Parts: sequence; structure tokens; C-alpha cells
Amino acid sequence: MKLTLKIWRQPDAATAGSMHTYDVDDVSGDMSFLEMLDVLNEQLNAKGEEPIAFDSDCREGICGMCGLMINGEAHGPVTTTTCQLHMRSFSDGDTITIEPWRSTAFPVVKDLVVDRGAFDRIIQQGGYISVNTGSAPEAHSVQVPKEAADRAFDVATCIGCGACVAACPNGSASLFMGAKITHLGELPQGQAERDSRVVNMVAQHDHEGFGGCTNIGECTAACPKEIPLDVISQLNRDLRTAIKHGH
Amino acid sequence: MTDMPDTTLTSHPSIDVPLEVDTDDAVDYYTPGAPISDTKAPDGPIDQRWSTRKFEARLVNPANRRKLSVIIVGTGLAGASAAATLGEAGYVVKSFCYQDSPRRAHSIAAQGGINAAKNYKEDGDSVHRLFYDTVKGGDYRSRESNVYRLAEVSTNIIDQCVAQGVPFAREYGGLLDNRSFGGVQVSRTFYARGQTGQQLLIGAYQALERQVHAGTVETFTRHEMLEVIVVDDGAGQSRARGIIARDMVTGEIQTHLADVVVLASGGYGNVFYLSTNAMGCNVTAAWRAHRKGAYMANPCYTQIHPTCIPVSGAHQSKLTLMSESLRNDGRIWVPKNKADCAKDPREIPEADRDYYLERIYPSFGNLVPRDIASRAAKYQCDDGRGVGPEVDGVRRGVYLDFADAIGRLGQEAVEEKYGNLFDMYARITGENPYEVPMRIYPAVHYVMGGLWVDYDLQSSIPGLFVTGEANFSDHGANRLGASALMQGLADGYFVLPHTIRDYLADGPFEKVEETHPAVVAARESVEKRIEHFLTVGGTRSVDSYHRELGHIMWEYCGMERTEDGLKKAIEEIRSLKDEFNRNLKVLGSADSLNQSLEKAGRVADFFELGELMCIDALNRRESCGGHFRAESQTDDGEALRHDDQYAYAAAWEFGGEGEKPILHKEDLVYTAIEMKQRSYK
Ligand SMILES: Cc1cc2nc3c(=O)[nH]c(=O)nc-3n(C[C@H](O)[C@H](O)[C@H](O)COP(=O)(O)OP(=O)(O)OC[C@H]3O[C@@H](n4cnc5c(N)ncnc54)[C@H](O)[C@@H]3O)c2cc1C
Ligand code: SF4
Ligand code: FES
Repeated sequence: MKLTLKIWRQPDAATAGSMHTYDVDDVSGDMSFLEMLDVLNEQLNAKGEEPIAFDSDCREGICGMCGLMINGEAHGPVTTTTCQLHMRSFSDGDTITIEPWRSTAFPVVKDLVVDRGAFDRIIQQGGYISVNTGSAPEAHSVQVPKEAADRAFDVATCIGCGACVAACPNGSASLFMGAKITHLGELPQGQAERDSRVVNMVAQHDHEGFGGCTNIGECTAACPKEIPLDVISQLNRDLRTAIKHGH
Repeated sequence: MTDMPDTTLTSHPSIDVPLEVDTDDAVDYYTPGAPISDTKAPDGPIDQRWSTRKFEARLVNPANRRKLSVIIVGTGLAGASAAATLGEAGYVVKSFCYQDSPRRAHSIAAQGGINAAKNYKEDGDSVHRLFYDTVKGGDYRSRESNVYRLAEVSTNIIDQCVAQGVPFAREYGGLLDNRSFGGVQVSRTFYARGQTGQQLLIGAYQALERQVHAGTVETFTRHEMLEVIVVDDGAGQSRARGIIARDMVTGEIQTHLADVVVLASGGYGNVFYLSTNAMGCNVTAAWRAHRKGAYMANPCYTQIHPTCIPVSGAHQSKLTLMSESLRNDGRIWVPKNKADCAKDPREIPEADRDYYLERIYPSFGNLVPRDIASRAAKYQCDDGRGVGPEVDGVRRGVYLDFADAIGRLGQEAVEEKYGNLFDMYARITGENPYEVPMRIYPAVHYVMGGLWVDYDLQSSIPGLFVTGEANFSDHGANRLGASALMQGLADGYFVLPHTIRDYLADGPFEKVEETHPAVVAARESVEKRIEHFLTVGGTRSVDSYHRELGHIMWEYCGMERTEDGLKKAIEEIRSLKDEFNRNLKVLGSADSLNQSLEKAGRVADFFELGELMCIDALNRRESCGGHFRAESQTDDGEALRHDDQYAYAAAWEFGGEGEKPILHKEDLVYTAIEMKQRSYK
């Protein structure tokens, strides 16, 4: 198929960007979206135009490195990551608009690449269980009810891609944060730090410039791992409890 | 260096089939060097060596640790776990990765699980059995002391991960579930659905970020290490004292100095261009160290995984693995008649299908080890009976059929077990595997080769330690499923933190200035290389060279290797590399994010590695594990080892620019286990 692509280009964080239009031919339905961009980049390189910068690594939907706004939707029209989106989801003659994640807390680095360092800084504030290497008790000394273990797993599948933030009109990272709060909060091992964890992570979230959650639900709709909206309720409940406990 | 530790129970190689031709095929390609040995593993009974070493390794006073700095390149399981643990101990740690977050290292992609000798199922598992299985699985080409230690610390890993909140699969009673994996007869694999690597890595990542908060670890994301700094300490000893890294966003070339350097930079499977590795996986960190004196061991040992989604066209950028658990229920076949290859498989009657694994290996059937399953698929396709789309005139695919399983267990049960894999397959191929048999083909998946290390995980450069897939130590010629995750975490959490202290007990070392000639030289060589890539001004893109190199490697240094093929590959690599240096086209600048420039450096190193892999494969005229030399097989086409001549690890020293590499052999001595020839018939 033949496609017209409108792509955001921006040399670096300090320089203003703009949309550019490119044509690509010979796109097959078996190509992934990023392979289609590879083909375009080969063409640009041959013409002497600098290739378009975009992030990806595993290209199998698990590392969370990729992420593009495709026709205004985070990761495009299918519930998956950008790298797992295939061109058979598009038709010959389509025009596709491609932009980077848009959020104050994710500044553009170049073209379609953004800086998601804010996510790491949120985790630094308490997204863990404090246990030094070697000090762990025998694994079977604590039983975890299967339902809790399954729920913890389901929400621990978050890949930290940032689509939830990009999709949210407020630019909130509540889904990302709620997933971590719920993962650790479901487990007996996570209880000791439950209060401080939520308080400190939320403080960092706000400090980074992410917006507040007003329950719109665009985040869940865009999430490639289908993290459910109720992790945000869990986050809010934990926050209230922590405040009640005097945090 | 002293000799190998004295061993009493040495069993001599049991199979001594004399070689038909008694020549070294690689004789013109290398210079023989002195033998080497591992001087760090203590003597004595195998089950006490690690305790002995831990006891003998000197301690570092907690107050001194704050004065000792450690650079760790890599944030996968092997790097993140080490950074967290050394940070907790109080050392000053700098952690580097090329991704935008430590959490994205390629360990994240592991699906199947992690082994540990917990024996929770009471099915006869033990540390000794895990040790035995791993040595046997490695086809008796690994170092027994290292493997024993790996099995020994495996149980601590599970304890640690559970305490961190890794959500392993559990049974209804709330205890951990296990499965049997990769043809092993005990259930010792712990898993978190199909995302074990992700969950383990998130655990290690969180421990790492906790240390960032505590101020002991500083992370450098989107930083690529491009050189190691080796400095003479004035007493005639050269030591690794730092790295040169490029800030991939600003292009700034930075010097980072420390008392010790750890490489946990992962595997180099991307030398084949198409592999199941992530796009950025590379050999640069390891290769730069190699060029500075670190020996590269067994580089030709590559693992090719049989259950990957086949190539769909020339645009293909990477291959996707599907867990080999699929082989538990799927049946592998190709049409008996070439004429049927393009047909809808559902229309090919039973009588016209060749279930070739079940036919050739009646007792193991579809569950034969990875290398056997892979090679068998290649032979069917070479024979013109492959299926799926023609790419470059050949159909490279075989069917993995679940029709029987669906008939026997019902679609729901199959969905329950494999649903996520089926979904992934459907998304990538656009076909519904519940209705049409899946197509699979082997792909490069893992490299057993890597930088040579001793029992302490120290390379041949003092002060340079290597952990995880980047080293060669534990898997011999073939790795068992669920053992790489185990090794990464064993190295990082439980081994390196003990062995590195013995080295650091001599520190802090004399301060190195940025103006030191060795530092300046390292920096300048990096700058010169970057300048070179940007000014060649040719016509071909980096990717086009990488793809062509990959073709050569896959064709001649892939599933089956021959003397002629390898020699041809070496010639082709050399001439392609020559063209690469004259005709490369990299646009953009050095002082901004430039992905083509990053790739150029990696591909340049892959060229040199590829050549060494071929030389190593040429030298080893035997078949073992993932390395199959067509000249060394039994009458019925089985791999044939030659323990009389090749029971060594090949440690290659860089011979200088344009010079032949130097081969140092480390004899592999088994005291606790007897060498046997594999048979899966
Ligand atoms: C698809 C797939 C499935 C697998 N499934 C399993 C499984 O089920 N069980 C199992 O045991 N094993 C499995 N493996 C193997 C296993 O995942 C890997 O061998 C292991 O995770 C490697 O870990 P590592 O820490 O050594 O390296 P990696 O996780 O690859 O990490 C490498 C790190 O080094 C950094 N790095 C590399 N080069 C540089 C540089 N020049 N400068 C700066 N940083 C650099 C990277 O940024 C990264 O942080 C699988 C592998 C693949 C590809
Ligand atoms: S919650 Fe979903 S969308 Fe948000 S970072 Fe995690 S995986 Fe991505
Ligand atoms: S590239 Fe890893 S999730 Fe898309």
C-alpha cells in the first residue's frame, strides 16, 4: 500500500518543531508500524535527509520503550504497543499523523523521542519493598492468597510506556502510579511501607508536573497492558488511609 | 598464574572417537598462545568451594566502602542486581544503560521462567541435580566449579525476589507454583505467567531505584559506553579504571573513573542482524574491553531457538520468540511432498504429513533439545519442504499444529495454557492459530560465548568484572531453558558482591586524573571513531551493512558450520567490512541524538566479532551443544563431540589491529561429574 505520513520533527528540546509530510510506497500489511518507519528512514537516508528519531528496543511489546501518538491515539488504533501494531490495521491511501507523547512532564528530546525520566523518579520515592540482598526469609515462609497474587501480577504488567499520560487530557500519571501502588499493596511483603510509599510517590508525581486525575478513563483505554481504572481508586484509598495515619 | 587446582577424581573423557582428519582448520587464522587456567576456584570437594572462596575473599571495612567507586555497565538482571547490592553495601556506584530507563534492559523480554533447586515438589531435585543437568545441557563445555555455585545460590534468588514483591505464579494454597521446562524431568522453574523476565527485572530495577534514593547509586540512562580505560598502576599492574561514555542525547563524550568496572552488557546475538534480541543489544562494551586485553571465550557458541515466528519479508527488523512450552502440546510437521508446500495446510491429509521429529526421535519427539529441533527444521526447509511465504526464493517455516491438542483438551484448555502466545502470533502474522497451524522457524536467541572470566567473574584485565550473558562462564556450549535469568541474578546478587570485595580490599587505588595519557588516548580514540563514521560520506546505510553481515553469519556460522563455509564467511566479512569503512553513509551530527551514528559503532564492532566467531568455529572441529560442525557427526547425523581434543574453553586474546587473534586454551576438568555423549534417540 501507499501512505502519506505527517510526522512531527523537532531537532532538539530547545528548538521549535513542526509537522512534515512524507510519502511511502510498498508498505505491506505484515510490517509492524516501526518497520514501516524503518523503510521511510532508509528512503530519507538515501536522499540525504536525516532519518526520523523514534524510540524502540524489544519490538515485542514488553520493554515499554516505544510509543507514538498515531492519528491522535496513544499507540494507535489497536490495544497494543506501537511496535506490535501492524500495517494491516491501515488501508492503501491512508494519511497517518504521527506525533510524540505530549505532556509537560515528558519533554521532547528529538522528533518523536521524549524524556520519561519522571517515571523513574516517581519509583525512587517508594515504588519498592525495602529488602537488602541476602536478608530475605525463605520464600515459602509467607503464603500469598492466589487471588492477591494474581491481582498483583495483573497490575505489575505495566511496562512504563507512558501512553496513559499521553492519552490523559490532564497529563496525569495516576494509572502508572496506581498500578505500582496496587502491585505492592496487594502483597503481604508490601504492607510495612504502604503509607509512606503512596504519600511520597504522589508528592513526586505532582512535583514533576503531571496533572491530577478527574476520572476520565482515557488512560485505561490507551493502556497496552489494559491496566484497569480501579488501581486509581486503590491509590486514592491508600492515600486517604495514609493521611489518616498522620503521614 | 598457577595451574588448575589439584583434582583427584578426574574422569577421563569417555568418548574418544578419533578425528578423521587430524588438522586444525583455523591454523592460518590465529596465533597459538599459552594455556590459561582459572586460579580463583578453591580446591576441594565441589560443594565446599564457594563457601571456601567467600571465606577467603577479603572483607572491606564498611567505612572504607564509601571511598570505593564502582562503574556498572548494564541494568539487566545481571547489572541492576549488582548495582543495588553494592549500593546497599555502601559502595559508590554509577550505573549505565543505553535505554531511557534501567527497567527496559532486554532481560525484560524473557518469558519462560527461572530455575532454582528448591525441590518444593519433592520430585528428587537438588543442588547437585541442577548442577548435573546444567553441565550435561552445556554438553560438557562449561566450568564445573562455576556451575555448581550457580545451582547452589539459585535458591537464594527465589527468596530474594519473593521478598521484593515479584508476583510469581502461586497455587491455591498460596505457595509458589513450579513447572518443568526445557525437557528437564523435575519441576524447578518458577514463573510469572509468560513474563518472568519482566517481573524479575522490575524487582531488580526497584531495588536499584531504592539505592538511587538512598544516594549510593547514580544512574546514567541513554549513555553508551564506548571504551574502557585501562591504566598502569605504577607497580607494573594494569587495571581497568573507568569508561568513556557518550551521552546519547547531547552527544557529550564523558570520562567516568572508578576503582573497578563491571560489564553486565548482555549478549551479542544481533551480530546475526535478525535475532530475538532487542534492537539495541550489542557487543560494543564487551568488544571494546576485548581490544584492551580482555579475552573473549567461545564466541562461536550460539543458541538458536526453534520456536520463533518466521521472517515475513525483507523489511523484517527482528524476530519474535514464542515460549518453547508450545512444544509440549503442538506437533511439528512439514508436507511430505514439495508440491503441497503452498497449499492450505488443513487440506493436506494426515498421510501426506511428515511429523519429522516424532519420526526421527521417537522417544523425545517434539521435545528434543533446542539445537536438534532447530537443525531438523532447517534440513526440512533446505530440502524444499518448508512452508509459508517465499522469502528470497525459499520457504523457511514448519508447522506447529495444535489441532490434536484442541481435539484432546478442548479449545478452552489450550487457550488457558497458551492464550497470550496465540494472541501474539495472531497479531504478528494476521493468522488465527486456533484454526490454521502456526508456522515457526529457528532464530538466534542467546549466546553462550562471552568475555572470559575466572571464578571471581574477573576478566583477564584486573579490575574488570563481567556478569550475566556478557560472560562465558556457566552454560558451556548450550544453555538450558530458564537458566540465563538464574545466572544473571546469581552473578549480580550473590556472587559478584562477594568476589569483588577481594579486589577492592586493595583499594582505593591511586587517583587517576583525566589528563592521564591512557585516559586521554581512550577519549581521543572514541572521538576519532565518531568523526570517522560521520565523514565517510558514502552511499550505503548502516542497516544495509548490518543486514548483509547478518546474512553471512546466518548462512555460514548459524545452525550448521563447515570448514569451507566458515572460510568463505571470513573472506566475505573482511571485504564487507572494508566497504563499510569506505562507503558508509551516516547523516546528522555528533552533538545530538543520532541513532544512525549509534548503530554505526555497534555494527563496526559486530564485523570484528563476526570474524572471530568464524575463526573460533573453524578451530573447533567438533559438534557440541549449539555448535554443529557438519564434519563431526555420527552416521545418523547426530552431533559428535571430541573430548580428547576439544575439552577446553577457547579464550581469544586481541592480537592487535589487522593481526591474528591469539588462542589461549583453558582445559576443562571434571571432578564431580563424568563426561557422556548425548543421545536423544
Ligand atoms: C526473547 C527472549 C526470551 C528469553 N527467555 C528466557 C527465559 O525464559 N529464561 C531464561 O533464563 N532466559 C531467557 N532468555 C535469556 C535471558 O533473558 C538473557 O540472557 C538475560 O536476561 C541477559 O541478562 P543480562 O543482564 O546479562 O543482559 P541484558 O538484560 O541484555 O542487559 C544488558 C544491559 O546492558 C546495557 N548495555 C549494553 N551495551 C551497553 C553499552 N555499550 N553502553 C551502556 N549500556 C549498555 C543495556 O542498556 C542493558 O541495560 C531470553 C532471551 C530472549 C531474547
Ligand atoms: S499504566 Fe499502561 S499506559 Fe501507563 S505506563 Fe503502564 S503500561 Fe503504559
Ligand atoms: S519496543 Fe519494546 S514495547 Fe515496543
